[in-house]
Amino acid sequence: MPEGVLFIGARVVDPASGQDGVADVLVADGRVVEVGTGLAPGGAEVAECAGLVLAPGLVDLHTHLRQPGYEHKETIETGTRAAAAGGFTAVASMANTDPVTDHAAIVNEIRDLARRVGSCEVFPVGAITKGLEGESLAELGELVDAGVRVFSDDGRCLPSARILRNALRYAQAFDGVTIAEHCEDASLAEGAQMHEGLHSSSLGLRGQPAEAEEIVVARDLAIARLTGGRLHLCHLSSARSVELVRRAKAEGIAVTAEVTPHHLTFTDEDLRTYDTNLKVNPPLRTHEDRVGLRTGVADGTIDVIATDHAPHAVEEKEAEFDRAPPGTIGLETALAVVLTELVDPGTIDLPRAIEALSTAPARILGAAGHGGPVAAGRPANLVVFDPEAEWTAEPPYVSMSRNAAFAGRRLRGRVVHTILAGRPTVWEGKPTR
Amino acid sequence: MHDVNAEDVVRILDTAESFREVGSRVIKKVPALRGRTVVNLFYENSTRTRISFELAAKRLSADVINFSTSGSSVSKGESLKDTALTLQAMGADAVVIRHSSSGSPLQLTRWVRGSVLNAGDGTHEHPTQALLDLYTIREKLGRIEGLRVAIVGDVLHSRVARSLSLGLVKMGAEVTLVGPPTLIPPEAPAWGVQVSYDIDGVLPKLDVCYMLRVQRERQRLEYFPSVREYARLFGLTRRRVGLLPEGSLIMHPGPMNRGVEIDSEVADLPNAVIEEQVTNGIAVRMSLLYLLLGGGGEVAPDA
Repeated sequence: MPEGVLFIGARVVDPASGQDGVADVLVADGRVVEVGTGLAPGGAEVAECAGLVLAPGLVDLHTHLRQPGYEHKETIETGTRAAAAGGFTAVASMANTDPVTDHAAIVNEIRDLARRVGSCEVFPVGAITKGLEGESLAELGELVDAGVRVFSDDGRCLPSARILRNALRYAQAFDGVTIAEHCEDASLAEGAQMHEGLHSSSLGLRGQPAEAEEIVVARDLAIARLTGGRLHLCHLSSARSVELVRRAKAEGIAVTAEVTPHHLTFTDEDLRTYDTNLKVNPPLRTHEDRVGLRTGVADGTIDVIATDHAPHAVEEKEAEFDRAPPGTIGLETALAVVLTELVDPGTIDLPRAIEALSTAPARILGAAGHGGPVAAGRPANLVVFDPEAEWTAEPPYVSMSRNAAFAGRRLRGRVVHTILAGRPTVWEGKPTR
Repeated sequence: MHDVNAEDVVRILDTAESFREVGSRVIKKVPALRGRTVVNLFYENSTRTRISFELAAKRLSADVINFSTSGSSVSKGESLKDTALTLQAMGADAVVIRHSSSGSPLQLTRWVRGSVLNAGDGTHEHPTQALLDLYTIREKLGRIEGLRVAIVGDVLHSRVARSLSLGLVKMGAEVTLVGPPTLIPPEAPAWGVQVSYDIDGVLPKLDVCYMLRVQRERQRLEYFPSVREYARLFGLTRRRVGLLPEGSLIMHPGPMNRGVEIDSEVADLPNAVIEEQVTNGIAVRMSLLYLLLGGGGEVAPDA
């Protein structure tokens, strides 16, 4: 594609510039050359985009790529290909690899591998504490020098207010660094298989109450206030957590928050079939919680929709419920789920969806080339999708794993092209590598 | 018991009644399931339930295979699914499964074609125990509807309490769960039952007092201070039995901790029907095997 591509007649939705209207977009040499109407293709290939949406490529703030260490679940190659299939041009890969992403060598290895075999840009998340042990800080300075901007011990909650305090304080030595937290009180969540409530009691599965999350959200917000550090709260699951964040933001605390497509869609009632693909952590909660999460996305209390893409091998998930590991894959379905569950019913509009899936996570991640604006001179990281196309999520998936919570769901909205630095990673619905 | 209705229960109990008599014959056997194979797949030790199912199948002339998980492929790391597929390949018509994981019998139904009987799964359900209890209550008191039943003890961790509550409510009984608040699920009222923390206040109104086993292994979680205090507050003592109305039943799923949830002499009273429960268990399990395998029609396998 040496001469570039001219996307003609797409609805360009670009929250970073506030643009939302039909336009042509010319891409060449890895960059956006021009955005306007009636553009001439010159030597560029023409992509007819009437009825399609063109937006900045999606950015996932919460992906488990599993490499190094768990290549039987996913690899950087397969995980980023799944990301591209879902319209993502960048993902933040979580630090619970083996070895843990707690020093620069691992960060460099992941990023190099992504450049060689990947289908999107990978921004490794660094561990907050050495080995995710929750005891002593990892060498955050070295990791920042290696390009890390977000730190998280995801999968584990920081065990004490003191270590969080130190992390938030220490990180203030560096520009634009965020400490991301998986909020879960270990004592209330011990052994839990799902949300505690009517359904856990009738299914005979040990539950954890929403308070397991809310206690830590409240603690973390207090420490963010104390330190003035930048805090990000991962995959919120409870309506009261959203309310706590809403109040903290009103107070001026530097906090951002995310929610997953599955928490926006399912509730604990959906576990009645013991479907291990719906076993996730934090657990799916109640109808009221789902309403609170959706409201949080609509009013901006929740900044980001992130997948928590968590691949597991078939034999790991095809087990007794209490033995199956928590997590669902989500990269390939995230956009369609947001369109189907939030945009179609009118909970949010399309620009807000793109903001939550691209612009906001790119800003938190420090992914300068992503998230828009879609403007002349900017790196061409774009997605083009058909907002009306209906499809059913079913195997085979692009991801190496099959543990999809959305399996069998009818979804609306399908990725047509994904453009990474001017080159298609998905073209006409098919991954290019 | 979640998925069956009152009509199913009556049919199961009525069928059990016709098998009850077989157990009192000299030759305790009928040919109903000759040539059919029943596998007992027990991932948890439960000699009582396994023997009961084994006798039930044998009295129906079925071939019975006991697959215990120690010393088998399971101890070599074989998954539940693979074990189930293996048993199916060997021609099992029904699998009776006891497992520490809630939901595993339902999962099993997705992997095998034959019938699956839940012999107790985790802290979820123990439907055959509930059915034999319902049978015993109906046999002794002539009805279930309108009876007042208390289930006393560790309801939180008890699959028996879940299944029996569901069954009793479906059959029109009034159920009260009694125990320390830490061992009663906060959501229990949604099952259609009452909750009380005062056994002495409940006993005088009962037709049936059903005592649950205190599961000592779960005490590490510190749901109550000591076995001694438990016995003092919730044990069915000689004194408390005096509060029960004339003609009411004392029941227990076994095995009992004499001196903890039930005093030894109370367990041996004439209105304690604990041994009858065991005897009736065989007839109820015969009924279920017969209805599932003998062309008796559809009954939800995960009942």
